[in-house]
Amino acid sequence: MEALVASAVGVLTAAGIFLILRRRTFPVILGLSLLTYAVNVFLFATGRLAVNAPAVLNKYEDVPYTDPLPQALVLTAIVISFGMTAVIVMIALGAYLSAKDDHIDMSARDSVDDAGEDA
Amino acid sequence: MNHWIVAPIVLPAILAPFIIMVLRYHLDLQRIFSVAGVVGLLGIALTITAQAAGGDIHVYELGNWPAPFGIVLVLDRLSAMMVLLTALLALPIVLYAIASGWDERGNHFHPLFQFQLMGVCGAFLTGDAFNLFVFFEVLLIASYGLMTHGGGAVRLKAGVQYVTYNLLGSTLFLFALGTIYSVTGTLNMADLALRVAEIPPEDTALLRVGAVLLLLVFCIKAAVLPLHFWLPASYANAPLPVAALFAIMTKVGAYSILRVYTLVFGPDVPVSHGLVGDWLQPAALVTLAIGSIGILGTQHIARMVAFCAIASMGTLLVAISLFTEVATAAALYYVYHSTLATALLFLVADLVMQRRSGVIGPRPPMPQNGLIATLFFVGAIAMAGMPPLSGFIGKLLVLDAARNAPDATAIWAVVLIGSFVTIVGLARAGSLIFWKSHDASTQDDPTPEAETAPEDADPAPPPPPEPQPGLAFTSVFGLVAGLVLLTLFAGPALDYTRATAAQLFAPEQYISAVLGGDD
Repeated sequence: MEALVASAVGVLTAAGIFLILRRRTFPVILGLSLLTYAVNVFLFATGRLAVNAPAVLNKYEDVPYTDPLPQALVLTAIVISFGMTAVIVMIALGAYLSAKDDHIDMSARDSVDDAGEDA
Repeated sequence: MNHWIVAPIVLPAILAPFIIMVLRYHLDLQRIFSVAGVVGLLGIALTITAQAAGGDIHVYELGNWPAPFGIVLVLDRLSAMMVLLTALLALPIVLYAIASGWDERGNHFHPLFQFQLMGVCGAFLTGDAFNLFVFFEVLLIASYGLMTHGGGAVRLKAGVQYVTYNLLGSTLFLFALGTIYSVTGTLNMADLALRVAEIPPEDTALLRVGAVLLLLVFCIKAAVLPLHFWLPASYANAPLPVAALFAIMTKVGAYSILRVYTLVFGPDVPVSHGLVGDWLQPAALVTLAIGSIGILGTQHIARMVAFCAIASMGTLLVAISLFTEVATAAALYYVYHSTLATALLFLVADLVMQRRSGVIGPRPPMPQNGLIATLFFVGAIAMAGMPPLSGFIGKLLVLDAARNAPDATAIWAVVLIGSFVTIVGLARAGSLIFWKSHDASTQDDPTPEAETAPEDADPAPPPPPEPQPGLAFTSVFGLVAGLVLLTLFAGPALDYTRATAAQLFAPEQYISAVLGGDD
């Protein structure tokens, strides 16, 4: 199972990085989402993988348990990455609608000087 | 428990939703509450700085959970001085944003501003690595809103880049925290310090990976060289008062480097011995060099100031990367100087861009040219590190601290030549913007200009409306006054930063304060 989880994280990360290096906003945002999935699975695994184990200590008998802290961390990370993805989708939509162009890079004219302001 | 510690986070956290939900349609009330909130934050910051100045480390256990299990806020001299700097910076900027009308060019400027302050103060105060991540996200998500405030195609495109870069940084942060947690089983910084010191050196490969990943994250925030690409486009296309506030955000990265790599992965810990300083120092030197070259090469005043921010981060990180007490004291003095000077230059750039194009080149003269030129040159002198102002003292301290370092020659050469190039770049920009304008006017535009009466006698290109120029100038002069005070009271300020550095390099006190649980 360790190999499965590790390769899943690896494949998600690789795919995410590949997509982030694209030039249009849509693949970049997809890549960011894949990366956040990868990091969520990764965080989950940092508490060691345990199957069918409760996330609480049992003080009456010595049974296996899984570390609850990474689960709390993952929950926070999921909420944050979800919110952030929503924000970037909105900003990217706004940029696309106002610039009529969804390239993520900025042309030299854009970035050096607002031509409109100068004219 | 000392409840003052949580106040810098709670005050903006309550004020921001209050402004959104209750004062949504009342810009005047929003302004009043926002300014009152920042003044209140300043009062709180002064109080906690006075409390921390004695040298005690105050711990605030959130939810009253004891330290390694619950999240703690820790107030020591370093966090107190950074919170104070945030408040000192926020006051002139919020006044400027009101005076220049930036806050009415889009919705929700003031709530986002407050959330930004909450995130920054929280990042400075927290004693938990994961909580640091959460506060990073709070300040980032507010900064996304502020960065795209006012809209416009170019700004939104720059915003997409900025958000993408920072989301990548956040992902990396989580990978780093996960790696560190999987080795040590804790994310409380004081507890981490104990666990990391116990791990035998031959068993630390994974931990070293985590430490380097974490350093990368902080370097993205601090705009250290190979990771600085986001900064010029983002800052130059953000509303410039917001860019002035962002001057504190790169300092959050520098603060985190200083905190984590003195407390957890300290220079004496076998795990991280020689790990950080060796990599950070060359990167910081190259950052300084590229920042200076950028100042010389750019064609736009806002981008030029953004490169000033990069160059000053280079100088700051050169001092931090030495990881000695003297150098850290110098770095902390320089943090204050460089934040105020960068913010001052951004506000001056905004004053210029409200009146003419931001292109560095001759244009018809603008109203109040003389006053703005004076402010620009004060900012330029401070930024370049010329004698009368605090930049000179700051750079002198950094150079002095680097005197006995192994790479002293390289550091001295880069800092001095970088300062020289900065002077040339700023002087070129200043003369093209402020002096050539008169040449242009005599050649192109023979009509007599009303140079000192901006509002009533409009010249041919009507200047954009500026509701309260008096208040705008007052807030810019406030930043100048901050720089002058920092110069005049360099002695007491240095005493404080030296005490701060001493406290940072004695992490036992921090650890026992957090884990002692007697508070």
